[in-house]
Amino acid sequence: MNFELTEERQMLQDSLRRFLRDRYDVPTRNAILESESGMSSDIWNQLAELGVLGALFTEEDGGFGGKGFDIAVVFEELGRAGVVEPILETCILGGGLIAALGNETQNGLLESIIGGETRLALAHSEPRARYDLNRVETRCEGGKLNGHKTMSLGAPNADHIIISARESGAVDDKEGISLFLVPVSDLELRSTPMMGGGMAADIWLENVVVTEEMRLGPVGSALPYLETVYAAAITANCAQTLGAMETATRLTTEYLQTRKQFGRPIGTFQALAHRLADMFVELEQARSAVIGVAGYLEADPKLRDKHASMAKNLMGRIGRLIGEESIQMHGGIAMTQEYELAHIAKRIIMADHLFGDVDYHLERFIAMSAA
Amino acid sequence: MDLSYTDEERAFQAEVRTFLAEKLPKAMSEKVRLGSGLTKEDLEEWHSILNARGWLAQNWPSEFGGAEWDAVQRHIFEEEASLANAPRIVPFGLAMLAPVLQKFGSKEQCDRWLPRILDGSDWWCQGYSEPGAGSDLASLKTRAVREGDHYIVNGQKTWTTLGQYANMIFCLVRTNTEVKNQEGISFLLIDMDTPGIEVRPIILLDGTHEVNEVWFTDVKVPVENLVGEEDKGWTYAKYLLTHERANIAGVGSSNAGLEAVKRMAKAEMSGGKPLSENPHFAARVAQVEIDLMAMSLSNLRIISKAAKGGAPGLEASMLKISGTVIRQEINDLARRAAGMYALPFASEAVEGSNQPELGPEHSRPVAEQYFNNRKISIFGGSNEVQREIIAKTTLGRMQ
Repeated sequence: MNFELTEERQMLQDSLRRFLRDRYDVPTRNAILESESGMSSDIWNQLAELGVLGALFTEEDGGFGGKGFDIAVVFEELGRAGVVEPILETCILGGGLIAALGNETQNGLLESIIGGETRLALAHSEPRARYDLNRVETRCEGGKLNGHKTMSLGAPNADHIIISARESGAVDDKEGISLFLVPVSDLELRSTPMMGGGMAADIWLENVVVTEEMRLGPVGSALPYLETVYAAAITANCAQTLGAMETATRLTTEYLQTRKQFGRPIGTFQALAHRLADMFVELEQARSAVIGVAGYLEADPKLRDKHASMAKNLMGRIGRLIGEESIQMHGGIAMTQEYELAHIAKRIIMADHLFGDVDYHLERFIAMSAA
Repeated sequence: MDLSYTDEERAFQAEVRTFLAEKLPKAMSEKVRLGSGLTKEDLEEWHSILNARGWLAQNWPSEFGGAEWDAVQRHIFEEEASLANAPRIVPFGLAMLAPVLQKFGSKEQCDRWLPRILDGSDWWCQGYSEPGAGSDLASLKTRAVREGDHYIVNGQKTWTTLGQYANMIFCLVRTNTEVKNQEGISFLLIDMDTPGIEVRPIILLDGTHEVNEVWFTDVKVPVENLVGEEDKGWTYAKYLLTHERANIAGVGSSNAGLEAVKRMAKAEMSGGKPLSENPHFAARVAQVEIDLMAMSLSNLRIISKAAKGGAPGLEASMLKISGTVIRQEINDLARRAAGMYALPFASEAVEGSNQPELGPEHSRPVAEQYFNNRKISIFGGSNEVQREIIAKTTLGRMQ
């Protein structure tokens, strides 16, 4: 057993942490949050130069990482700094599907993703599917897509969008789902900023023509690949939330040490001190959950998904505790948009609404435990 | 024991329902239902509708033009108004300042200020908290120094709710630095148009502008705007705080919120079936409903005692805690029910966010309300302060 990071990952962590501390301070981030695109191309390019995007791909795909622990290291740091750029969307979801399923031409995109020139998004969710991956009503018939894709994360800043559509079967069949890689210029997006930062879009598909060249992977068998990239996305999401919770806990600790009421630092009040202690206890639970999901990411799908559901359920519960308690113990100051914690707390809480929430993963965990 | 309303109370309830059905503008209740933010004009219009019926100043004595309702009547109104999605009554002038003036103010002050609260001539805001004085309010530093017929005020207030709409502010200021914190505070009425006052907006984490900082630089306030005696302001402030706690349980808004969650759960789908049929979600809803039912009865017990003249002490602190915990739990359920559609964010502070939001209408305000209502366990005496009151009272002084 060995819980130490490898030297390469340690170096990646250090350089990314340093970069974000210097270049992604709170005023910079708040300006990005208030901008129309909701992201900074400048930061994006610098992250690519730093090798952060490449760390999310295996050597055979042109990167130098791509394993669960690479994902965990990168996203923990991104979460710590509250980074809102669509890295998960581009590299884990989009890039992950291309790496797994792309033909020679499509694989060519990987190099430009790693280089920071191309961004991707996945349009899979649908209004009546909630968090189910198998529930796809969008149809592909005669080379035309029809349906409504919703809350496609990162789509407003993407160059290409991977769209899932059903070519056979009932709406909730596991078989029959196919993927298409479509240039964003072929699509009409309705965009929205998100509460925790970043952008998403709905896409109404009305007879959108797709060619065989746009097909990504074999006909009708996309679901296991979607499950694989979602497991990686859950790993990234959990690591990101862990990083954000570390920031929330740090800010709360500092505040309890410095804020004075009744003539003494408020951290000297046991009622608050014990609650801060509970936050630290839960933070260690969360850290273990992230190590678990990252460590089993390459394991067989059953073991992988059980750990993914374990982690996602736990992060949702701990996230609520830490998000709410850090605001409450700060008091009014944490309610203000310009204070660092506000964005961090929003990110922690809103992470529960991505890739299945606490309840969804509890039910999936029960189903997998019973099987 | 009898858990039902008397015949008179039921008649009053019917009267309130009829009034709301006839007089509450549809466009206004629609805004409240959708959580889409009321304008100053909306709030003023609702005040004037209530005033025309004599129902605006519900707890004032009739000699001042009040409805003189007892606690049960006020509860009935709040319950019905919440279910009808009526805007809340802005409390600063009506429910907070007015009782202080009526008890401690001069006749001239009552004659001058009370009618202007009723007819909407003045919009009051509250100048209590300061950056260094939150839970420890008595440590406030805003200074007022007497110079002839005026006080000269310097300092800063914060968390001033709807201060951007106000033309008047009632303030706690320090007039004596030689004595214990609580003994050197005075209660001043200040015209917001006086030179030297600056209002700066604070944007909250849900993107809304509802609170402000108010800065005072050499602000001249006529001495006739002192309420009661100099240095006795802490007594008046504490008196005011007991009024701030009327309706503290928020039963009406919790009931309305829970109904909204149930409607959402019927419309949202989970695993191909309505979310309301998901046993896990249904259990969460039932749990909160059970808590709320018990809390409603606690609230009625205390109201009934208050209507008979008993003063709520500890009970107000208890209701503040359980009331806010339950309301926040309902906000949490609503965001869960919305699923991915809790994610979109329409903030006044974000450029280009005037685009239509995504997802069903009922999902739109849920994340904003969840975050905004983190405030309810912080303001008006944080839940920690309330626990301290309960603990000190029940444990007594221990050595």
